[in-house]
Amino acid sequence: MHGEAFFRTAVVYLAAAVLSVPIAKRTGLGSVLGYLLAGALIGPFALDLLPHGETTDVLHFAEFGVVMMLFLIGLELRPRLLWSLRVPIVGLGGLQVVGTTALLGAAALAIGASLREALAIGMVLAMSSTAIVLQSLAEKGLSRSPAGRSAFAVLLFQDLAVIPILALLPLLATHGGATGSAAHDGADGGPGTLAVLATVAAVVVGGRFLSRPVFRFIAEARLREVFTAAALLLVVGIALAMTAVGLSPALGAFLAGVVLADNDYRHELEADIEPFKGLLLGLFFISVGAGIDFGLIGAAPGRLLAIVAVLVVLKLGALLALGAAFRMPLAQSVLFSFALAQGGEFAFVLFSFAQQHGVLGPEQTGPLIAAVAVSMALTPLLMSTEEHLLRPRLARRSRQADDAADLRRPQDEDAPVLLAGFGRFGLVVGRLLRAQGIRTTVLELDPAQIRMLEEFGFQAFYGDASRVELLAAAGAARARLLIVAVDDEEKSLQIVEQAQRHFPHLHILARARGRPHAYALLRRGVRDVFRETLGSSLDLGAAALRALGARAYEAHRAAALFERHDEQSVRELAEHTSGDRKHYVSAARQRSEALEALLLRDRETFARSDDGAWDPPGSRPDGRDA
Amino acid sequence: MTEAPDVLVLLSHPALQKSRANARLLAAAQGVDGVTVRDLYECYPDFHVDATAEQELLARHAAVVFQHPFYWYSCPALLKQWLDLVLDYGWAYGPGGTALHGKLALVAVTTGGDAAAYRSDGHNRFTMTELLRPLEQTTHLCGMRWLPPFVVHGALRRPAAELDALATDYAALLTALRDGRLDPARFAGAPSIDAPGWRALWRTADSTSEVHRAR
Ligand SMILES: Cc1cc2nc3c(=O)[nH]c(=O)nc-3n(C[C@H](O)[C@H](O)[C@H](O)COP(=O)(O)O)c2cc1C
Repeated sequence: MHGEAFFRTAVVYLAAAVLSVPIAKRTGLGSVLGYLLAGALIGPFALDLLPHGETTDVLHFAEFGVVMMLFLIGLELRPRLLWSLRVPIVGLGGLQVVGTTALLGAAALAIGASLREALAIGMVLAMSSTAIVLQSLAEKGLSRSPAGRSAFAVLLFQDLAVIPILALLPLLATHGGATGSAAHDGADGGPGTLAVLATVAAVVVGGRFLSRPVFRFIAEARLREVFTAAALLLVVGIALAMTAVGLSPALGAFLAGVVLADNDYRHELEADIEPFKGLLLGLFFISVGAGIDFGLIGAAPGRLLAIVAVLVVLKLGALLALGAAFRMPLAQSVLFSFALAQGGEFAFVLFSFAQQHGVLGPEQTGPLIAAVAVSMALTPLLMSTEEHLLRPRLARRSRQADDAADLRRPQDEDAPVLLAGFGRFGLVVGRLLRAQGIRTTVLELDPAQIRMLEEFGFQAFYGDASRVELLAAAGAARARLLIVAVDDEEKSLQIVEQAQRHFPHLHILARARGRPHAYALLRRGVRDVFRETLGSSLDLGAAALRALGARAYEAHRAAALFERHDEQSVRELAEHTSGDRKHYVSAARQRSEALEALLLRDRETFARSDDGAWDPPGSRPDGRDA
Repeated sequence: MTEAPDVLVLLSHPALQKSRANARLLAAAQGVDGVTVRDLYECYPDFHVDATAEQELLARHAAVVFQHPFYWYSCPALLKQWLDLVLDYGWAYGPGGTALHGKLALVAVTTGGDAAAYRSDGHNRFTMTELLRPLEQTTHLCGMRWLPPFVVHGALRRPAAELDALATDYAALLTALRDGRLDPARFAGAPSIDAPGWRALWRTADSTSEVHRAR
């Protein structure tokens, strides 16, 4: 019945995204603007391809992308890091909400709104767009910059502030509109504080103590899609629970993310949720674009533009003042302010909520909602302005030129090493690096091995390193080395291929099971290939030489020479193995003959080693008598 | 008297299996009671010198003998590595670096060139005393007391019997060192510890005649 219609709509959404996003990215505008434009294009005011009356449903559904995004952000924020952000969250965030509310409220008063209306308008417009800001910052690689962290802190506080705002709005009602019944559960009555506390406690305790065994149980089934289903179930379940007790689902998901940030299954969760988040956010941006009421804009373009201008300029002013008050370096402060100077998706919900409660009339909310949408669409442009016009100038002007360059420097450094495979081989590598104080992100596929190592204080993350998403979640983009120490040859080659394709900057060092595996790795361009048994067989060989009476240094040199030669031979043979077998065999024979020659030469070299240039020929009348 | 041996011989030879001179000297040293022989290339074929172990060993001895062939007017590479790693700041020199103070230092070196080559008018243009200055100063900085070197010249060409005799000398020298009969003050100006005129300070009459007979 609805099947075909559904697919038709899906095709419209997908095609719009597939066409416009790459173009927007190519032209340097970023994906967010691409989605928004695509939405406007297919929306009712241009091509009008979407079924009428459904766009708001889609918007609500797509808002779940924001929930997932906050879950993912939480996963990257260990509780300790979150705690270190408490001053920015409460200070910066609190002052931003209060200050912007006051400024925008005053502006509303000035054009004739009542005090109550002005307060409502100010509060609602103080919110910024979590989705647009965080997505744009991430795309530009600025999430971890000081400005990115500050922006995040403010957004997090806004998320928290929505709850009291929802409670406050009905109290501002002047003309009794629809009342409590249609209202948001959490705002009036609904489950009480106890239920809220119980839910939060359940998330924290469950995340801390229950998640690990449950995830392990699921992982042991070794079915990737089941784990993906579990990850989705987790996020959706938490969102539902939070909504039921009147908390923001995004906030709940964020909390769950933070609780799970230390978990072994964290990277796998990230990798599983990431694509859903990306798609849903895209859908969300498209819906926002489609929802822009060009009819309203067209009716009074001047008035609308004025609202947008006032909104953006006042927000910008408030943010810059905050930046100065918190002594942010100028370049950081400018980036922070330009990023947050828009209305947010909360405004859509809050304005309709205010209307339901009779705080504001439709003649007020209509233009305001349109202005918020336009300001959101303007954000990528504002951020481009900052990036291309202001930042270079600031960098030039500022005494400390590194102030602007600083924008990109991550605040908490990522582990420089990714280690795939934590079995007998990887464990030694990991221990050595750890002894040198080098932070390593370990990926391992065997839940039993992970648990065993945990008992010895090692943390390994569950996941299949041959998946790009998992590599990405584990920080491949920011790591320097990838050590492939898995014992499955097929897997090892897959990991190498994925890493080379998607993270070409990674320096790969690989364990090879034997010669054929080494050839395969070498042919893929991996230079640092280590055959797993070579080192110890050479050690044993040298020990045998010693046991037969050789000097330690003689044995050591013999083994070292042999190794050099053998490594050379593997590298030369790697080029021949793709050919026919006969060729290979003859090459191998050549190799062994060359080896014999080398050893012979070696012996001769040693025999001559104590001949000085000072010795006339025949300097040993008594022969070798020692 | 303590049980602990007094003399530590640090032998550095990368190919002792082919040695004529140092192998004989080594055998002689091993025959002397109270002498610890440390074959560095045997201990550290990978050049990974254990500085702590070496320092502990040094602390237990009153005299240190650096025995090695002369390579490029210097010592074999591993001995240089040993010096670089073991003679720590704050242990061997610098503030509090008194661990080696007062210990005796002796070099026992074998050369391919003969004695005539190690003169200002010779092939090598400098005397052994001059060429050994870096090591002399190294031990001086560590507060050790330097003795003139024991030198076996022409080590590649010398008849076996001569080398054997020199090895006996070496044993006698180590014995004197162990017994505390070598006072650096009395050797001032000696070109080498076994130079004519200075030999008598450590070589007893009967053993000397033995050597003459051997020649
Ligand atoms: C690498 C090398 C460098 C040498 N440099 C010198 C030198 O600078 N002066 C010299 O008189 N003999 C030199 N020789 C000869 C050695 O000193 C000689 O082979 C050694 O003392 C013989 O002792 P052995 O029988 O214990 O090996 C050199 C020999 C080698 C192998």
